[in-house]
Amino acid sequence: MSTHPEPQDAAPIAGGRSVLDTNSISRALTRISHEILEHNKGAGNLVLLGIPTRGVHLANRIATRIAKVEGAQVPVGTLDITMYRDDLRDNPTRNPHRTEIPTGGIDGRTVVLVDDVLYSGRTIRAALDALNDIGRPAAVRLAVLVDRGHRELPIRADHVGKNLPSARAERVLVRLSEVDGQDEVQIS
Amino acid sequence: MKKHLLSIDDLTIDDIDELFETAAQMHDVQGRSVKKLPALRGRTIINLFFEDSTRTRSSFEIAGKWLSADTINITGKGSSASKGESLRDTVLTICAMGVDALVMRHGASGAAKQVSEWTDAVVINAGDGTHEHPSQALLDAYTLTRHIGSLEGKHVVIVGDLTHSRVFRSNIKLLRKLQAQVTVVAPATLLPAGAKSWAESSGFAISNDLDAVLPTADAVMMLRVQKERMSGGFFPSAREYTVGYGLTKDRLALLRPDVPICHPGPMNRGLEIAADAADAAQSVVLEQVSAGVAIRMAILYHQLAGEGNDE
Repeated sequence: MSTHPEPQDAAPIAGGRSVLDTNSISRALTRISHEILEHNKGAGNLVLLGIPTRGVHLANRIATRIAKVEGAQVPVGTLDITMYRDDLRDNPTRNPHRTEIPTGGIDGRTVVLVDDVLYSGRTIRAALDALNDIGRPAAVRLAVLVDRGHRELPIRADHVGKNLPSARAERVLVRLSEVDGQDEVQIS
Repeated sequence: MKKHLLSIDDLTIDDIDELFETAAQMHDVQGRSVKKLPALRGRTIINLFFEDSTRTRSSFEIAGKWLSADTINITGKGSSASKGESLRDTVLTICAMGVDALVMRHGASGAAKQVSEWTDAVVINAGDGTHEHPSQALLDAYTLTRHIGSLEGKHVVIVGDLTHSRVFRSNIKLLRKLQAQVTVVAPATLLPAGAKSWAESSGFAISNDLDAVLPTADAVMMLRVQKERMSGGFFPSAREYTVGYGLTKDRLALLRPDVPICHPGPMNRGLEIAADAADAAQSVVLEQVSAGVAIRMAILYHQLAGEGNDE
Protein backbone atom coordinates (compact mmCIF):
# COMPACT_ATOMS: atom_id res chain seq x y z
CA MET A 1 0.00 0.00 0.00
CA SER A 2 1.18 3.47 -0.75
CA THR A 3 0.67 4.81 2.76
CA HIS A 4 3.76 5.86 4.57
CA PRO A 5 3.31 5.58 8.30
CA GLU A 6 4.27 8.35 10.68
CA PRO A 7 7.70 7.73 12.08
CA GLN A 8 6.93 5.98 15.35
CA ASP A 9 10.03 5.73 17.46
CA ALA A 10 12.30 8.18 15.62
CA ALA A 11 15.93 7.17 15.67
CA PRO A 12 18.43 9.86 16.64
CA ILE A 13 20.14 11.62 13.73
CA ALA A 14 23.73 10.49 13.37
CA GLY A 15 25.94 13.52 13.77
CA GLY A 16 22.96 15.66 14.79
CA ARG A 17 23.45 18.48 17.28
CA SER A 18 21.37 18.24 20.43
CA VAL A 19 19.68 21.58 21.17
CA LEU A 20 17.36 20.59 24.02
CA ASP A 21 17.90 17.78 26.52
CA THR A 22 15.51 16.18 29.00
CA ASN A 23 15.89 18.93 31.59
CA SER A 24 15.56 21.82 29.19
CA ILE A 25 12.46 20.25 27.59
CA SER A 26 10.99 19.83 31.05
CA ARG A 27 11.75 23.43 32.00
CA ALA A 28 10.32 24.72 28.72
CA LEU A 29 7.07 22.81 29.25
CA THR A 30 6.81 24.07 32.82
CA ARG A 31 7.24 27.64 31.61
CA ILE A 32 4.67 27.12 28.84
CA SER A 33 2.22 25.72 31.41
CA HIS A 34 2.66 28.78 33.59
CA GLU A 35 2.32 31.10 30.61
CA ILE A 36 -0.92 29.42 29.60
CA LEU A 37 -2.29 29.81 33.12
CA GLU A 38 -1.14 33.39 33.42
CA HIS A 39 -2.60 34.35 30.08
CA ASN A 40 -5.86 32.54 30.80
CA LYS A 41 -6.01 33.81 34.42
CA GLY A 42 -6.29 30.27 35.76
CA ALA A 43 -7.28 26.89 34.40
CA GLY A 44 -10.97 27.70 33.93
CA ASN A 45 -12.54 27.05 30.56
CA LEU A 46 -9.30 25.67 29.08
CA VAL A 47 -9.11 22.72 26.67
CA LEU A 48 -5.76 21.36 25.48
CA LEU A 49 -5.74 19.69 22.07
CA GLY A 50 -2.59 17.87 20.99
CA ILE A 51 -1.80 17.31 17.32
CA PRO A 52 -0.74 13.67 16.74
CA THR A 53 1.59 12.15 17.40
CA ARG A 54 4.03 14.10 19.57
CA GLY A 55 1.75 17.06 20.21
CA VAL A 56 -0.56 14.71 22.10
CA HIS A 57 2.16 13.69 24.52
CA LEU A 58 3.21 17.31 25.01
CA ALA A 59 -0.42 18.28 25.73
CA ASN A 60 -0.61 15.55 28.36
CA ARG A 61 2.59 16.75 30.00
CA ILE A 62 1.33 20.33 30.09
CA ALA A 63 -1.97 19.16 31.61
CA THR A 64 -0.04 17.30 34.34
CA ARG A 65 1.91 20.45 35.17
CA ILE A 66 -1.23 22.58 35.24
CA ALA A 67 -2.86 20.07 37.56
CA LYS A 68 0.13 20.38 39.92
CA VAL A 69 -0.03 24.16 39.99
CA GLU A 70 -3.78 24.74 39.99
CA GLY A 71 -5.03 21.42 41.36
CA ALA A 72 -7.51 21.26 38.52
CA GLN A 73 -7.53 18.71 35.71
CA VAL A 74 -7.74 20.48 32.36
CA PRO A 75 -9.52 18.46 29.64
CA VAL A 76 -7.05 17.09 27.06
CA GLY A 77 -7.95 15.80 23.61
CA THR A 78 -6.37 15.05 20.28
CA LEU A 79 -6.98 16.77 16.98
CA ASP A 80 -6.01 14.88 13.84
CA ILE A 81 -5.46 17.08 10.83
CA THR A 82 -4.67 14.48 8.17
CA MET A 83 -7.89 14.97 6.23
CA TYR A 84 -7.41 18.77 6.29
CA ARG A 85 -3.89 18.87 4.86
CA ASP A 86 -3.42 20.98 1.75
CA ASP A 87 -0.89 18.54 0.29
CA LEU A 88 -3.02 15.37 0.38
CA ARG A 89 -2.99 15.13 -3.37
CA ASP A 90 0.77 15.45 -3.68
CA ASN A 91 1.66 12.65 -1.32
CA PRO A 92 0.87 8.99 -0.87
CA THR A 93 -2.23 8.50 1.25
CA ARG A 94 -1.68 8.80 4.99
CA ASN A 95 -3.73 6.98 7.56
CA PRO A 96 -5.68 9.40 9.74
CA HIS A 97 -5.16 9.35 13.50
CA ARG A 98 -7.88 9.59 16.10
CA THR A 99 -9.55 12.84 16.94
CA GLU A 100 -10.77 12.80 20.52
CA ILE A 101 -12.62 15.83 21.75
CA PRO A 102 -13.09 15.88 25.55
CA THR A 103 -16.66 15.60 26.77
CA GLY A 104 -17.93 19.11 27.13
CA GLY A 105 -16.65 19.94 23.65
CA ILE A 106 -14.89 23.12 22.64
CA ASP A 107 -17.79 25.52 22.17
CA GLY A 108 -17.15 28.74 24.05
CA ARG A 109 -13.90 27.44 25.53
CA THR A 110 -10.29 28.54 25.15
CA VAL A 111 -8.56 25.90 23.08
CA VAL A 112 -4.79 25.60 23.26
CA LEU A 113 -3.39 23.68 20.30
CA VAL A 114 -0.19 21.85 21.17
CA ASP A 115 2.36 20.67 18.62
CA ASP A 116 6.03 19.76 18.67
CA VAL A 117 7.48 21.88 15.86
CA LEU A 118 6.12 25.01 14.22
CA TYR A 119 7.56 25.36 10.71
CA SER A 120 5.56 26.38 7.63
CA GLY A 121 2.37 26.93 9.62
CA ARG A 122 0.39 24.67 7.29
CA THR A 123 -0.35 22.09 9.97
CA ILE A 124 -1.83 24.79 12.17
CA ARG A 125 -3.87 26.14 9.25
CA ALA A 126 -5.27 22.61 8.83
CA ALA A 127 -5.90 22.36 12.57
CA LEU A 128 -7.88 25.61 12.54
CA ASP A 129 -10.01 24.22 9.71
CA ALA A 130 -10.53 20.98 11.61
CA LEU A 131 -11.60 22.93 14.71
CA ASN A 132 -14.12 24.78 12.62
CA ASP A 133 -15.92 21.51 11.86
CA ILE A 134 -16.01 20.52 15.51
CA GLY A 135 -17.23 23.66 17.22
CA ARG A 136 -16.71 27.33 17.94
CA PRO A 137 -14.12 28.02 20.62
CA ALA A 138 -14.06 31.39 22.36
CA ALA A 139 -10.36 31.63 21.49
CA VAL A 140 -7.64 29.45 20.02
CA ARG A 141 -4.01 29.65 21.14
CA LEU A 142 -0.96 27.80 20.02
CA ALA A 143 1.78 26.25 22.12
CA VAL A 144 4.81 24.61 20.48
CA LEU A 145 7.98 23.10 21.85
CA VAL A 146 10.14 24.41 18.99
CA ASP A 147 9.61 27.27 16.56
CA ARG A 148 12.08 26.83 13.72
CA GLY A 149 10.85 29.70 11.52
CA HIS A 150 10.22 29.69 7.76
CA ARG A 151 6.52 30.44 7.99
CA GLU A 152 4.52 30.21 4.75
CA LEU A 153 1.30 31.48 6.29
CA PRO A 154 0.45 34.34 8.66
CA ILE A 155 0.48 32.15 11.76
CA ARG A 156 2.40 32.55 15.02
CA ALA A 157 2.66 30.71 18.31
CA ASP A 158 1.52 32.19 21.64
CA HIS A 159 3.77 29.97 23.73
CA VAL A 160 7.14 28.76 22.45
CA GLY A 161 9.52 26.38 24.24
CA LYS A 162 12.53 27.36 22.15
CA ASN A 163 13.06 29.58 19.14
CA LEU A 164 15.43 27.66 16.95
CA PRO A 165 16.83 29.53 13.96
CA SER A 166 17.36 26.94 11.26
CA ALA A 167 18.10 26.64 7.57
CA ARG A 168 15.40 25.11 5.39
CA ALA A 169 17.74 22.28 4.50
CA GLU A 170 18.22 21.37 8.14
CA ARG A 171 16.15 18.76 9.91
CA VAL A 172 14.66 19.33 13.33
CA LEU A 173 13.80 16.16 15.19
CA VAL A 174 11.79 16.05 18.41
CA ARG A 175 12.10 12.82 20.34
CA LEU A 176 9.90 12.17 23.35
CA SER A 177 10.25 9.40 25.89
CA GLU A 178 6.63 8.23 25.35
CA VAL A 179 7.31 7.22 21.74
CA ASP A 180 11.06 7.42 21.24
CA GLY A 181 12.38 6.24 24.59
CA GLN A 182 14.18 9.53 25.29
CA ASP A 183 13.54 13.29 25.45
CA GLU A 184 15.68 15.26 23.03
CA VAL A 185 15.50 17.89 20.31
CA GLN A 186 18.10 17.55 17.58
CA ILE A 187 19.06 19.62 14.57
CA SER A 188 21.20 18.48 11.68
CA MET B 1 -3.19 -0.10 -2.52
CA LYS B 2 -4.02 -0.97 -6.10
CA LYS B 3 -5.71 1.66 -8.23
CA HIS B 4 -9.04 -0.16 -8.50
CA LEU B 5 -10.97 -2.16 -5.93
CA LEU B 6 -12.51 -4.95 -7.98
CA SER B 7 -12.06 -7.97 -5.75
CA ILE B 8 -10.89 -8.89 -2.27
CA ASP B 9 -7.92 -10.41 -4.10
CA ASP B 10 -6.73 -6.85 -4.81
CA LEU B 11 -6.09 -6.22 -1.10
CA THR B 12 -3.09 -7.18 0.99
CA ILE B 13 -3.37 -7.77 4.73
CA ASP B 14 -1.74 -4.36 5.28
CA ASP B 15 -4.33 -2.72 3.04
CA ILE B 16 -7.12 -4.32 5.04
CA ASP B 17 -5.60 -3.20 8.35
CA GLU B 18 -5.28 0.34 7.06
CA LEU B 19 -8.85 0.38 5.78
CA PHE B 20 -10.14 -0.84 9.15
CA GLU B 21 -8.02 1.68 11.00
CA THR B 22 -9.21 4.53 8.81
CA ALA B 23 -12.81 3.31 9.08
CA ALA B 24 -12.57 3.51 12.87
CA GLN B 25 -11.68 7.22 12.60
CA MET B 26 -14.46 7.75 10.05
CA HIS B 27 -16.90 6.11 12.44
CA ASP B 28 -16.24 8.92 14.91
CA VAL B 29 -17.12 11.51 12.27
CA GLN B 30 -20.59 9.95 12.00
CA GLY B 31 -21.24 11.05 15.57
CA ARG B 32 -20.35 14.70 14.96
CA SER B 33 -22.80 17.46 14.21
CA VAL B 34 -20.75 18.60 11.21
CA LYS B 35 -20.23 15.41 9.23
CA LYS B 36 -17.79 16.73 6.72
CA LEU B 37 -14.12 16.24 5.97
CA PRO B 38 -12.40 18.13 3.16
CA ALA B 39 -10.17 15.27 1.99
CA LEU B 40 -11.84 14.70 -1.41
CA ARG B 41 -12.81 18.28 -2.21
CA GLY B 42 -12.98 18.76 -5.95
CA ARG B 43 -13.20 15.05 -6.78
CA THR B 44 -16.15 13.67 -8.69
CA ILE B 45 -17.53 10.22 -8.01
CA ILE B 46 -20.23 8.60 -10.12
CA ASN B 47 -22.34 5.81 -8.68
CA LEU B 48 -23.25 3.78 -11.73
CA PHE B 49 -25.83 1.23 -10.69
CA PHE B 50 -27.40 -1.12 -13.22
CA GLU B 51 -29.03 -3.19 -10.48
CA ASP B 52 -31.31 -2.18 -7.62
CA SER B 53 -29.68 -1.11 -4.40
CA THR B 54 -30.66 0.96 -1.40
CA ARG B 55 -27.96 0.65 1.18
CA THR B 56 -24.86 0.20 -0.96
CA ARG B 57 -25.65 3.11 -3.23
CA SER B 58 -26.80 5.47 -0.52
CA SER B 59 -23.88 4.58 1.70
CA PHE B 60 -21.35 5.18 -1.08
CA GLU B 61 -23.13 8.45 -1.80
CA ILE B 62 -23.06 9.56 1.84
CA ALA B 63 -19.44 8.43 2.18
CA GLY B 64 -18.43 10.52 -0.84
CA LYS B 65 -20.37 13.55 0.35
CA TRP B 66 -18.96 13.44 3.87
CA LEU B 67 -15.51 13.49 2.31
CA SER B 68 -16.57 16.55 0.28
CA ALA B 69 -16.49 14.81 -3.11
CA ASP B 70 -19.25 15.53 -5.60
CA THR B 71 -21.22 12.33 -5.94
CA ILE B 72 -23.75 11.71 -8.66
CA ASN B 73 -26.01 8.70 -9.07
CA ILE B 74 -26.81 7.12 -12.39
CA THR B 75 -29.09 4.12 -12.45
CA GLY B 76 -29.56 1.69 -15.31
CA LYS B 77 -33.26 2.38 -15.43
CA GLY B 78 -33.86 5.78 -16.93
CA SER B 79 -30.34 6.14 -18.33
CA SER B 80 -29.23 5.86 -21.93
CA ALA B 81 -28.55 2.17 -21.27
CA SER B 82 -32.30 1.64 -21.47
CA LYS B 83 -32.20 3.25 -24.92
CA GLY B 84 -29.79 0.59 -26.05
CA GLU B 85 -26.44 2.25 -25.42
CA SER B 86 -23.66 -0.26 -24.80
CA LEU B 87 -21.93 -0.38 -21.41
CA ARG B 88 -18.69 0.76 -23.04
CA ASP B 89 -20.30 3.82 -24.60
CA THR B 90 -22.06 4.70 -21.36
CA VAL B 91 -18.81 4.46 -19.41
CA LEU B 92 -16.76 6.40 -21.96
CA THR B 93 -19.42 9.12 -22.08
CA ILE B 94 -19.46 9.52 -18.33
CA CYS B 95 -15.70 9.47 -18.08
CA ALA B 96 -15.39 12.08 -20.82
CA MET B 97 -17.06 14.49 -18.39
CA GLY B 98 -13.98 14.24 -16.19
CA VAL B 99 -14.83 11.77 -13.48
CA ASP B 100 -12.34 10.61 -10.84
CA ALA B 101 -14.07 7.43 -9.74
CA LEU B 102 -16.81 5.07 -10.82
CA VAL B 103 -18.57 3.04 -8.17
CA MET B 104 -20.22 0.35 -10.19
CA ARG B 105 -22.84 -2.33 -9.80
CA HIS B 106 -23.76 -4.52 -12.72
CA GLY B 107 -25.55 -7.82 -13.27
CA ALA B 108 -22.69 -9.36 -15.22
CA SER B 109 -19.81 -10.96 -13.32
CA GLY B 110 -16.57 -9.23 -14.28
CA ALA B 111 -18.27 -6.04 -15.46
CA ALA B 112 -16.24 -3.82 -13.13
CA LYS B 113 -13.00 -5.40 -14.28
CA GLN B 114 -13.98 -4.89 -17.90
CA VAL B 115 -14.84 -1.24 -17.25
CA SER B 116 -11.53 -0.66 -15.45
CA GLU B 117 -9.78 -1.50 -18.71
CA TRP B 118 -11.71 1.16 -20.59
CA THR B 119 -11.18 4.14 -18.34
CA ASP B 120 -8.54 6.09 -16.41
CA ALA B 121 -10.96 6.65 -13.53
CA VAL B 122 -10.68 4.58 -10.36
CA VAL B 123 -13.23 1.76 -10.50
CA ILE B 124 -14.77 0.42 -7.31
CA ASN B 125 -16.80 -2.75 -7.62
CA ALA B 126 -20.08 -2.44 -5.72
CA GLY B 127 -21.30 -5.84 -6.87
CA ASP B 128 -20.82 -7.61 -10.19
CA GLY B 129 -23.25 -10.43 -10.94
CA THR B 130 -22.54 -13.46 -8.81
CA HIS B 131 -18.85 -12.64 -8.56
CA GLU B 132 -17.84 -10.21 -5.80
CA HIS B 133 -18.96 -7.37 -3.53
CA PRO B 134 -15.77 -6.36 -1.73
CA SER B 135 -17.04 -3.35 0.24
CA GLN B 136 -19.78 -5.48 1.80
CA ALA B 137 -17.28 -8.13 2.90
CA LEU B 138 -15.04 -5.42 4.34
CA LEU B 139 -17.84 -3.87 6.35
CA ASP B 140 -18.97 -7.29 7.60
CA ALA B 141 -15.49 -8.21 8.78
CA TYR B 142 -14.97 -4.73 10.24
CA THR B 143 -18.23 -4.99 12.20
CA LEU B 144 -17.18 -8.39 13.53
CA THR B 145 -13.76 -7.18 14.64
CA ARG B 146 -15.44 -4.43 16.64
CA HIS B 147 -17.39 -7.11 18.49
CA ILE B 148 -15.06 -10.06 18.82
CA GLY B 149 -11.63 -8.56 18.16
CA SER B 150 -9.17 -10.11 15.74
CA LEU B 151 -10.81 -12.74 13.56
CA GLU B 152 -7.76 -14.97 13.52
CA GLY B 153 -8.84 -18.46 14.57
CA LYS B 154 -12.44 -17.37 15.18
CA HIS B 155 -15.15 -19.66 13.88
CA VAL B 156 -17.39 -17.80 11.46
CA VAL B 157 -20.45 -19.59 10.10
CA ILE B 158 -21.90 -18.29 6.83
CA VAL B 159 -25.30 -19.54 5.83
CA GLY B 160 -26.95 -19.07 2.48
CA ASP B 161 -26.76 -19.38 -1.25
CA LEU B 162 -23.17 -19.92 -2.32
CA THR B 163 -24.03 -20.25 -6.00
CA HIS B 164 -25.56 -16.83 -6.52
CA SER B 165 -24.22 -14.71 -3.69
CA ARG B 166 -21.34 -12.34 -4.44
CA VAL B 167 -21.34 -11.34 -0.79
CA PHE B 168 -20.64 -14.97 0.09
CA ARG B 169 -17.70 -15.17 -2.28
CA SER B 170 -16.10 -11.92 -1.09
CA ASN B 171 -16.71 -12.81 2.54
CA ILE B 172 -15.06 -16.20 2.28
CA LYS B 173 -12.02 -14.68 0.58
CA LEU B 174 -11.69 -11.92 3.14
CA LEU B 175 -12.30 -14.07 6.21
CA ARG B 176 -9.73 -16.61 5.03
CA LYS B 177 -7.24 -13.78 4.45
CA LEU B 178 -7.85 -12.70 8.03
CA GLN B 179 -7.30 -16.34 9.06
CA ALA B 180 -10.76 -16.94 10.44
CA GLN B 181 -12.00 -20.51 10.55
CA VAL B 182 -14.95 -20.52 8.15
CA THR B 183 -17.83 -22.98 7.86
CA VAL B 184 -20.17 -22.59 4.94
CA VAL B 185 -23.66 -23.95 5.42
CA ALA B 186 -25.78 -24.27 2.29
CA PRO B 187 -28.18 -26.72 0.72
CA ALA B 188 -26.44 -28.97 -1.79
CA THR B 189 -28.42 -27.41 -4.62
CA LEU B 190 -27.00 -23.98 -3.78
CA LEU B 191 -23.37 -25.06 -3.78
CA PRO B 192 -21.70 -24.24 -7.09
CA ALA B 193 -19.86 -26.87 -9.09
CA GLY B 194 -16.31 -26.98 -7.79
CA ALA B 195 -17.26 -25.79 -4.31
CA LYS B 196 -15.48 -28.78 -2.80
CA SER B 197 -12.15 -28.14 -4.46
CA TRP B 198 -12.48 -24.41 -3.68
CA ALA B 199 -13.08 -25.31 -0.03
CA GLU B 200 -10.03 -27.54 -0.02
CA SER B 201 -7.74 -25.05 -1.69
CA SER B 202 -8.72 -22.06 0.44
CA GLY B 203 -9.29 -24.02 3.62
CA PHE B 204 -12.91 -23.65 4.67
CA ALA B 205 -15.44 -26.30 5.69
CA ILE B 206 -18.77 -27.07 4.05
CA SER B 207 -21.66 -28.43 6.06
CA ASN B 208 -25.36 -28.89 5.58
CA ASP B 209 -26.17 -29.33 9.24
CA LEU B 210 -26.68 -25.88 10.72
CA ASP B 211 -27.67 -27.20 14.15
CA ALA B 212 -24.35 -29.00 14.43
CA VAL B 213 -22.14 -25.97 13.71
CA LEU B 214 -23.97 -23.19 15.59
CA PRO B 215 -22.83 -24.16 19.11
CA THR B 216 -19.16 -23.56 18.21
CA ALA B 217 -19.76 -20.36 16.23
CA ASP B 218 -18.03 -17.10 17.23
CA ALA B 219 -20.02 -15.19 14.61
CA VAL B 220 -22.89 -15.97 12.26
CA MET B 221 -23.56 -14.41 8.87
CA MET B 222 -26.97 -15.06 7.40
CA LEU B 223 -27.21 -14.30 3.69
CA ARG B 224 -30.29 -13.35 1.77
CA VAL B 225 -32.09 -15.91 -0.34
CA GLN B 226 -31.86 -14.19 -3.71
CA LYS B 227 -35.21 -14.85 -5.25
CA GLU B 228 -34.39 -12.64 -8.24
CA ARG B 229 -31.47 -14.82 -9.29
CA MET B 230 -33.31 -18.12 -9.02
CA SER B 231 -35.67 -19.52 -11.55
CA GLY B 232 -36.92 -22.13 -9.11
CA GLY B 233 -35.89 -25.67 -8.41
CA PHE B 234 -33.10 -24.95 -5.92
CA PHE B 235 -35.24 -25.92 -2.98
CA PRO B 236 -38.78 -27.25 -2.88
CA SER B 237 -40.32 -24.43 -0.86
CA ALA B 238 -39.47 -21.42 1.24
CA ARG B 239 -40.74 -23.32 4.25
CA GLU B 240 -38.29 -26.12 3.61
CA TYR B 241 -35.36 -23.67 3.35
CA THR B 242 -36.35 -22.16 6.70
CA VAL B 243 -36.57 -25.57 8.35
CA GLY B 244 -33.12 -26.56 7.12
CA TYR B 245 -31.18 -23.31 6.95
CA GLY B 246 -33.12 -20.47 8.54
CA LEU B 247 -31.93 -18.84 11.77
CA THR B 248 -35.10 -19.61 13.71
CA LYS B 249 -35.96 -18.92 17.32
CA ASP B 250 -34.95 -22.47 18.26
CA ARG B 251 -31.59 -22.15 16.53
CA LEU B 252 -30.97 -18.78 18.20
CA ALA B 253 -30.92 -20.71 21.48
CA LEU B 254 -27.96 -22.76 20.17
CA LEU B 255 -25.79 -19.63 19.94
CA ARG B 256 -23.85 -18.12 22.80
CA PRO B 257 -25.50 -14.80 23.71
CA ASP B 258 -22.36 -12.84 22.77
CA VAL B 259 -22.16 -14.20 19.22
CA PRO B 260 -22.88 -11.42 16.71
CA ILE B 261 -25.45 -12.13 14.00
CA CYS B 262 -24.87 -10.38 10.67
CA HIS B 263 -27.11 -10.00 7.67
CA PRO B 264 -26.13 -7.82 4.71
CA GLY B 265 -29.78 -6.98 4.01
CA PRO B 266 -32.32 -6.70 2.70
CA MET B 267 -33.67 -9.35 5.07
CA ASN B 268 -36.38 -11.79 4.14
CA ARG B 269 -37.85 -12.01 7.62
CA GLY B 270 -39.30 -15.43 8.29
CA LEU B 271 -37.33 -17.00 5.45
CA GLU B 272 -33.59 -17.02 6.17
CA ILE B 273 -33.84 -15.14 9.46
CA ALA B 274 -36.64 -15.10 12.03
CA ALA B 275 -37.73 -11.81 13.54
CA ASP B 276 -36.51 -13.08 16.95
CA ALA B 277 -32.98 -13.36 15.56
CA ALA B 278 -33.07 -10.19 13.46
CA ASP B 279 -34.17 -8.10 16.43
CA ALA B 280 -32.13 -9.95 19.06
CA ALA B 281 -29.70 -7.99 21.23
CA GLN B 282 -26.84 -9.84 19.53
CA SER B 283 -27.98 -8.84 16.04
CA VAL B 284 -25.58 -6.33 14.48
CA VAL B 285 -27.60 -5.70 11.32
CA LEU B 286 -27.99 -1.95 11.84
CA GLU B 287 -24.41 -1.57 12.99
CA GLN B 288 -23.39 -3.11 9.69
CA VAL B 289 -25.20 -0.28 7.93
CA SER B 290 -23.39 2.45 9.85
CA ALA B 291 -20.10 0.57 9.49
CA GLY B 292 -20.86 0.50 5.76
CA VAL B 293 -20.55 4.27 5.53
CA ALA B 294 -17.31 4.28 7.54
CA ILE B 295 -15.74 1.52 5.44
CA ARG B 296 -16.76 3.20 2.21
CA MET B 297 -15.30 6.50 3.40
CA ALA B 298 -12.08 4.62 4.13
CA ILE B 299 -12.13 3.01 0.67
CA LEU B 300 -12.79 6.29 -1.15
CA TYR B 301 -10.18 8.10 0.93
CA HIS B 302 -7.47 5.55 0.24
CA GLN B 303 -8.33 5.17 -3.45
CA LEU B 304 -8.73 8.86 -4.19
CA ALA B 305 -7.07 11.21 -1.70
CA GLY B 306 -3.39 10.78 -2.48
CA GLU B 307 -1.23 10.34 -5.49
CA GLY B 308 1.11 7.47 -6.14
CA ASN B 309 -1.00 4.37 -6.62
CA ASP B 310 0.90 1.24 -7.50
CA GLU B 311 -0.73 0.61 -10.81
